[in-house]
Amino acid sequence: MADIRPSASIEAVESGLAAQGYIASRQIATAVYLAQQIEKPILVEGPAGVGKTELAKAIAAWRGMKMIRLQCYEGLDEAKALYEWKYAKQLLYTQILKDKLGEVLGGAPTLEAALNQLHDFGDVFFSKEFVEPRPLLQALEQPAGCVLLIDEIDKSDAEFESLLLEILSDFQVTIPELGTVVAVAAPTVILTSNSERDLGDALKRRCLHLHIGFPEQRLEERIVESRVPGISQTLRKQMVGFIHEVRTLDLKKLPSVSETIDWARVLVLLQAPELGHEVVKDTLNVLLKYEADIEATMPQVSTFIAKASRQNVFG
Amino acid sequence: MRENLHRFFRAARGAGVRLSPAESIDAMRAVSKVGFTDRTILRDTFLLTLAKTQDEKKALGDCFDLFFDQPEPQSPPEDGKAEEQDQSGSNSASDSPGDSSGGDEQADGLGQLAQMLLAQDRNQISAAIANAASAASLSDIRYFTQRGIFSGRILDQMGLERLRDDLDNLTATNPAMAERLTNALDGLRGTVRETVSQALMLYGREEAENLRNDILRNAPLSRIEPRQVEQMRHLIRQIARRLRERYSKPRKRQRRGHLDVRRTIRRNAAWGGVPFLTAWKRRHRDKPKIIAICDVSGSVARVSDFFLLLIHSLHEVVDDVRSFAFSGHLIEVSDILESKSPEEAMAEIMSKAGFGSSDYGNSFSDFEHGWMSAITPQTTVIVLGDARSNNLDPRADILRRIAERSKRVVWLNPEGRMAWGWGDSEMPRYSTFCTVVRQCATAKQLERAVSDIVASYQ
Repeated sequence: MADIRPSASIEAVESGLAAQGYIASRQIATAVYLAQQIEKPILVEGPAGVGKTELAKAIAAWRGMKMIRLQCYEGLDEAKALYEWKYAKQLLYTQILKDKLGEVLGGAPTLEAALNQLHDFGDVFFSKEFVEPRPLLQALEQPAGCVLLIDEIDKSDAEFESLLLEILSDFQVTIPELGTVVAVAAPTVILTSNSERDLGDALKRRCLHLHIGFPEQRLEERIVESRVPGISQTLRKQMVGFIHEVRTLDLKKLPSVSETIDWARVLVLLQAPELGHEVVKDTLNVLLKYEADIEATMPQVSTFIAKASRQNVFG
Repeated sequence: MRENLHRFFRAARGAGVRLSPAESIDAMRAVSKVGFTDRTILRDTFLLTLAKTQDEKKALGDCFDLFFDQPEPQSPPEDGKAEEQDQSGSNSASDSPGDSSGGDEQADGLGQLAQMLLAQDRNQISAAIANAASAASLSDIRYFTQRGIFSGRILDQMGLERLRDDLDNLTATNPAMAERLTNALDGLRGTVRETVSQALMLYGREEAENLRNDILRNAPLSRIEPRQVEQMRHLIRQIARRLRERYSKPRKRQRRGHLDVRRTIRRNAAWGGVPFLTAWKRRHRDKPKIIAICDVSGSVARVSDFFLLLIHSLHEVVDDVRSFAFSGHLIEVSDILESKSPEEAMAEIMSKAGFGSSDYGNSFSDFEHGWMSAITPQTTVIVLGDARSNNLDPRADILRRIAERSKRVVWLNPEGRMAWGWGDSEMPRYSTFCTVVRQCATAKQLERAVSDIVASYQ
């Protein structure tokens, strides 16, 4: 066991993701490393906008693999997620082959014999030709492996979860007419959830469970640095400090990383030299998405700015 | 090391993290990939593979820190000084080197434990404690009362018997060394005690909690001490969560084997009535409809807190609940319970309706005038109260009319059956019109009563 150098490989994951513009915390990198090593899906939970979907994209870009995305919603079923028979094609083929069928069966003296002959042709109409692969099946058929992103699994119905179990644990699906399709190369599966409803234990058991929360101040500064390169260091520190102060309030929707990045872009666009009272008040609607939240934050703006700049001086 | 992992899994279960064997296998596989060298990575690995919710992650993190933080063997600080003094004393008494070698010979005659203690070899001692602990199966510890037993067992395993003999011999031959040994032994006892306490925290937590909850579930609600109220609330919330998990399943169930002829024909009209698609009869379940009427007067003040808490959780389980609270007059409190957190809601209800003297007759007539039409033949009416109406007119006739309109009336009374009918209790008069009358004094009875009510709609 002494020859294993996990910290080095985890750092490799970290720098690999960083090269794609995704600044991962140590925990995220460990999860990605482990998912690859023991071939398990990752279930990522966390508030909206902390980069759950982004993580899957970054992994795909880093490994140079195709990303297949399945967006979940209420009422999603296997016909849309897994596979579907191409009914129209089947119908068309039967019409075209009608005459051929007559020829084939022409020699049969009785109905029984005709039936037996038909059996011999097997399930021509239920073959791979007529299957329309949907995201899950596509992911299994990629020869070079892929990143399969099952986005917002909590939006789907509880039955859909059960459908996923076979894929998640064995990387295979069973199509009744065809048999079992096993993955050519095991895909890296990322599931994301906003915890809108509790997922089943069976699903959770099959996954590594990663919770991405709001990042620490240092990390968030690095994220902003990598995503919005044009921003000055002082402004970056001030704005991240300000956002961390806002997150201490009791708001309907706390600003997350995506809002931080948007705000940084806006501040750069407005060419704000530093975080001023006026600028913040004018752009607060980028950060907060509810009128009530903006009203709750407005009176605190000055104190927060002062705190953030003080932190900047001493920290 | 595998042994250690297994112990850790057990400790994690003790900390309230649900671990299935499959998950522990995953964790083992993951650990074999990352190794034991880096503790933070190991911690992250366990958090990723074992804990599946935010709460579990926190519990497991704490457990990890506790588990891998072994107590250091204690050594009395003045011990080193005493040793020096001892040495200088012996040196000054006789400068010959033969004397010190004589001392060594004496030490050779001692048992292993005594030698270890005199040598102050921390690593060896802690290793010995760990060995003795696993020999005494310390991870089986469950209750705090077992601390003494396990400490004793571990010390015995380490050879306390022999040490005592040595100590007796030494007191006669070499009192200074005997004193050193006694000091060291005290240190050892302290360390062992600490090891056992830590093990109790690791392995016994869940058991202790279960025991406490079990006692609490069977304790009368009216006699709960203030310091237990918070725990009791926690317990009731757990009960509510269990109810919700059990009964929030879909209400339609396909019944195979009974063909629904009408629907089948209609569905297959497109094929000229040839039944390609079949439709099966379904069993419809009634949606639970509940009206809860809760007494919040002074006489049941201590219990009504929990009643309200349970009604609050009922609002989460069942869609169609309307709740009312009364002492002298009756008011509807559904909106308060639906929109606010349990604590806020209870405070508001108590300030609006609570702490008066109860008047069942008046409250029932308030109900009849205001909300009688809310009762349908599918409704279950739950009355929570002690039926002590301060000798005012009980108006049992209204309860009769309520019973006639509703599916059933369930009366939950916090008093024991013995007290019904005594003093101003009108229970016998009311109970004639109730479908079910139950005593409901403990959390367990409360859970069973509510569970029965919800189950009757399944």
